[in-house]
Amino acid sequence: MREFETVVGLEVHVELKTESKIFCSCPTKFGGAANAHICEVCAGLPGALPRLNRKVLDYAILTALALRCDVTRESRFDRKNYFYPDLPKGYQISQLYAPIGRNGYMDIDIAGSPETGGSSADEKRRKRIRIHELHMEDDAGKLIHEETENITRIDFSRCGVPLLEIVTEPDFREPEEVTAFLEDLRRLLKSIDVSDGKMQEGSLRVDVNLSVRPKGEEALGTRTEMKNLSSFRAVTKAIAFEADRQWEVLRGGGVIQRETRRWDEQKEETFAMRKKEDASEYKYYPEPDLPVLHITEQKIDEVRSVLPELPGEKKRRYIKEWNLPEYDAGILTENKEITVLFEKTAEICKDPKGASNWIMGEILKILNDMNMQPEEMKVRAESPGEIILLVKEGRISRASGKELLRAAFTENAMPEEYAEAHDLWLISDPEKLADVITEVLEKNPKAVGEYKSGKTKNFQFLLGQAMRATGGKADPAALRKALEEGLAGPDLL
Amino acid sequence: MTSKPHCSSSLSPFLSMNLVELARNIREQKVTSEEIVRKVFQNIDENEYNLHAYLAFWKDEAVEKARACDERIRLFREKNGTSEADNTALPPLLGVPVAIKDNLLYAGKPATCGSKMLENYIPPFAATCVEKLEEAGAVIIGKTNMDEFGMGVSTEHSYFGATSHPMDPKRVPGGSSGGSAAAVAANEALAALGTDTGGSVRQPAAFCGLYGLRPTYGSVSRHGLVAFASSMDQAGPITRSSIDAAVLYNIVTGADEKDQTSVLSPKIDLEVMENYRMEGKRIGIPKQLLAGEGKITISEEVANGLSVFRDFLRENGAVVEEVDMPVLSYAVPVYYILSSAEASSNLSRYDGIRYGFRAEGIEDLRELYTKTRSEGFGLEVKRRILLGNYVLSSEHFEDIYRKAEKARNLIRKAFDDAFERYDLLLSPTSPVTAPEKGEISDDPLTAYTSDLCTVPASLSGIPAISIPVKSCPALRPCAAGGNDEVSGNSPVLPIGIQLMGPRFGEQEILGAARFFEKHVKGGAEDA
Repeated sequence: MREFETVVGLEVHVELKTESKIFCSCPTKFGGAANAHICEVCAGLPGALPRLNRKVLDYAILTALALRCDVTRESRFDRKNYFYPDLPKGYQISQLYAPIGRNGYMDIDIAGSPETGGSSADEKRRKRIRIHELHMEDDAGKLIHEETENITRIDFSRCGVPLLEIVTEPDFREPEEVTAFLEDLRRLLKSIDVSDGKMQEGSLRVDVNLSVRPKGEEALGTRTEMKNLSSFRAVTKAIAFEADRQWEVLRGGGVIQRETRRWDEQKEETFAMRKKEDASEYKYYPEPDLPVLHITEQKIDEVRSVLPELPGEKKRRYIKEWNLPEYDAGILTENKEITVLFEKTAEICKDPKGASNWIMGEILKILNDMNMQPEEMKVRAESPGEIILLVKEGRISRASGKELLRAAFTENAMPEEYAEAHDLWLISDPEKLADVITEVLEKNPKAVGEYKSGKTKNFQFLLGQAMRATGGKADPAALRKALEEGLAGPDLL
Repeated sequence: MTSKPHCSSSLSPFLSMNLVELARNIREQKVTSEEIVRKVFQNIDENEYNLHAYLAFWKDEAVEKARACDERIRLFREKNGTSEADNTALPPLLGVPVAIKDNLLYAGKPATCGSKMLENYIPPFAATCVEKLEEAGAVIIGKTNMDEFGMGVSTEHSYFGATSHPMDPKRVPGGSSGGSAAAVAANEALAALGTDTGGSVRQPAAFCGLYGLRPTYGSVSRHGLVAFASSMDQAGPITRSSIDAAVLYNIVTGADEKDQTSVLSPKIDLEVMENYRMEGKRIGIPKQLLAGEGKITISEEVANGLSVFRDFLRENGAVVEEVDMPVLSYAVPVYYILSSAEASSNLSRYDGIRYGFRAEGIEDLRELYTKTRSEGFGLEVKRRILLGNYVLSSEHFEDIYRKAEKARNLIRKAFDDAFERYDLLLSPTSPVTAPEKGEISDDPLTAYTSDLCTVPASLSGIPAISIPVKSCPALRPCAAGGNDEVSGNSPVLPIGIQLMGPRFGEQEILGAARFFEKHVKGGAEDA
């Protein structure tokens, strides 16, 4: 039993996937030579003024609503002043005094429970993580250190790429809560289509504020801020390391310094980057170059109307209404394309559970075999549902269904045409099947006789013979029915 | 069909015309743009050594452009006939030489802003207001001297040396647009654009006997105006007549998608302006703008000029009375707190990394910043940066910056209230006439206090104009250049009277300015 408690809050920087930058019309796409995508505005030349990209504001309001934030009706930008070579204006345009969103939350489900120490995957608990605020800002450039030449080059192309910073309350107590939150956040950002949320590529950047305190203590300890966390794994490991480090310091009678620490991926430890007091004097003040943003009720309604059901809610609805397993519901809401495919498929085959099973069991396997991301799927949206329906209605066999599904993904096969061309149709016509049964019964008088005198297991033998006679193409249920009727009918012998 | 070159004396009728008349005469080929431009450069050749109004000018290129204007007019008339109606299809200022302050960007021409920091900086794009001037056909001939980044009231804080007053080389022309004012007053340009943050268009116009218009904040785009204090910076004309001011204003005004604080404001109707009636106008004189502090108290000449002006208004049927606006007593400190805060941030980009000056012998990043900025900025700029950093520091932000912001809102409100009761507000432009060099620039507090009358309009975003007046012997507008009236050894220096109007009240203040100009001039000519 640990004697201390870890308290964590997050600052998550989300790179928005707008076509152009936040304060100018330069493209946000990278590639090409360094400094290829800069203009007088993002390079901070004298006389240039920022002009807000309305798309960024729309995305910010959408995200604020998705995180259940209050949207600030008179939102403003502020300047955060500091000198650094990657910051051409000498200040970042951010939001301190009137950020676009405040007082939100996101509910997360965490495996295991700290109280019981249990880690069973079925044992989930729900927790509400409060969002302190959400604000818009511009990104800085990139420094490229060339050790061999002892010089540093600067690429300003990233300057002005739009960022949303999401600041949580210090509501996390366990690393698992943090990763669960980040997973859900990423899923949410992708579902509302504002960011691709890729941590490794830097479109989701996480800074961890962490302090420790003795169990039962109310007051928060001094916190440190950790940077350079480029994966969930790094976040988990860094939290564990830093919590232990701080507790060791405190136990040894030391004090924690308010500082920024960098996670070293190789050594798996944090080290001090700079003392916080050096950097805390940002001389924030209202940005005079941008007018106050008056966000109307109408604007908020407009954005809300395009806000889709969020992944968390969707997942809970799948479990509750359709009785899907937690794991399946999670997978189906993880990715927007998969969610869309699932909902379409369920609608067509009128069987959410069946659709879920087919996607979990077959479609994900097909994509995996094709080495394809869900975003790259080119399948006709109706095909999977139609194929499942064909199986359900007994018009094709389960095995044919799998074959057809693969063909639908790999060669865009049309279900009916393909079934026709490859002769996949099952025989379910009662008359045809009655003829088959008559023939089988005639050929196996002994087995029939034994059956009628009580050897009921001969039914399976006769069914097998009948199926063989159709070349495996009979609808099993219909064939069974025909056999039952045949055996019950007038004695043929 | 080209007219023969005039000798310079035969040009003088054209040079004393307002810009509308001059442009019409150029269009009608009564005089060529080339002649006018050459004459202006002749003045530059003769005076510039003593005056130092310009930081850069380009004679060959300007003459080339003037010729192109003349050629365009020739072709136009060949094709469309020679009636004036047809000629108005040509741009309104075609062929007229104009100067611009050095902090207004003109693509490919240096923009030093009077600073060592930008000594060799060539901008890749032009200011919107400069582009509009070019589209209107003006020939931009050079960039005028200024206090470094606009910080100063005398043009003595230019890294490249002070500009002199055209009437008296011992005196300053005012600032920070002192170069623009001196150039126009000495006929080194027929009009100029300046920029006004706390009075930098109005005060030099007053010192040099010219009209200086600070437009409503936002009505002229700031795109391409090198920022000093973004919430107050505004470009405006410095001209020899109120009509010129109106014409230039009409050209440069307009909303601009490149400046989201810009707004579409109505243009001046020159006919309405010409027919302005003073009768029944209510005009207030804010008491607080008549008081001074320390060395800056309103001088006798200025007080006299103001009372003569007031009497003139009354004689023409206006009701003029003093109005109490107590909050204006705080205008100077509020202005210096807020403008310095913004300046400290706006000037952060001059760090020696990407362009402009970089100090030699740098060991590390910190030294790159400190040495570059210590060596690249002048004393006054450093003083403002320090002041700005002080008021923005977390320790003082709430008790200084926020309070100043609140006071600014109160000042705005005081003006809103005043304009409920008055059509115009009246004050001196500056409490004093042009001082001698060194007289105030060595004493920052005195220099700051001298902005008393101009900073209230800057803080509230309202338009204001400085109208040139001479206090004696007879009230009449100051002749451009002003070197015609020397009594004994010391010239009688011009005095500027400021008229302030409500937001978008340019038509009102220009109408009143024109009324004064017309009637007093007429009177003087009759005499």
